[in-house]
Amino acid sequence: MPVPINIDNLNKVFDSRIRLGIMSVLMVNADQSYNDLKELLQITDGNLASHMKTLEENGYVKVEKGFIGRKTNTTYTVTKEGSAAFRVHLDALEKMIKGIL
Amino acid sequence: MNDPQRSLESIQDIRNMMERSSRFISLSGWSGISAGVCALVGAGFAYQYLHPVSKDFVMDTYEIMSVQTARNEVARFDSAAEGIISSALFWIGVITFVAAFASAFIFTYKKSKKQNIPIWGKASKRLMFSVMIPMIAGGIFMYRMIELGIFGLVAPACLVFYGLALLNASKYTLTEIRYLGIAQIILGLLNCWSIGYGLYFWAAGFGIMHIVYGLVMWWRYERN
Repeated sequence: MPVPINIDNLNKVFDSRIRLGIMSVLMVNADQSYNDLKELLQITDGNLASHMKTLEENGYVKVEKGFIGRKTNTTYTVTKEGSAAFRVHLDALEKMIKGIL
Repeated sequence: MNDPQRSLESIQDIRNMMERSSRFISLSGWSGISAGVCALVGAGFAYQYLHPVSKDFVMDTYEIMSVQTARNEVARFDSAAEGIISSALFWIGVITFVAAFASAFIFTYKKSKKQNIPIWGKASKRLMFSVMIPMIAGGIFMYRMIELGIFGLVAPACLVFYGLALLNASKYTLTEIRYLGIAQIILGLLNCWSIGYGLYFWAAGFGIMHIVYGLVMWWRYERN
């Protein structure tokens, strides 16, 4: 019997590969700088900024603006809500794959 | 999004990003090979220096001299540090280390550029710290051994502490490096009961083991 698939649990916010990538990095790294994220994901400033804004607006990530010397250093941390949402999304993905096996 | 193929791709993406950001996976096999070659060349120079005339003179006099003689040697200088920097062997070691580190860095830097992984990101910083802590502790420990005239245990201690550093590093990079670490620890411990043969153990550990490790890693990940 195939397990019923609950599509509602698949989070629309994580529909984008980039947002999913950002969340994956932040889940295993307490805080990650903007520049490192840019290099890991291989995307442009504008692109990263717009995806970050979506995640921020959903309350999934927290921004911290600091300085290293005179240079600005922006770091991101995943929030409790973000972490929970990511787990739910992962479970949904897992169920979906299990459903077809 | 309810397409199973896409779910699978998503999971692979997640895994890939988690791995790339939490471990520094750009350590190149070529780095191991080049560091090993530098170590063997350095050991060759050290051998020439220690055995200028008779090639079959195997025991290293520095390592087997009595603690009292060694202390008198150290006492000729204002401090142990001064004694160390006035020793040709120390400078052979420093040059070897710098050459090995620089050549290893170049290959790893190239690989990180190719994989689009920051060379000085969170993962590589963590790797660096995990290596540095046992290394610095080892350095201070060995300095004190020299001060006390326990020359014979310096070479084994070097291998043991380096092995521990690699073992510690295996949490933050490709895990196979733990086997290189364990090999260095074993060689260091064996060397504790073969005082006087430090240079041979160094050549085996820093030279041959690095090359073997580098070749295995190259075969596994970079052969294409």
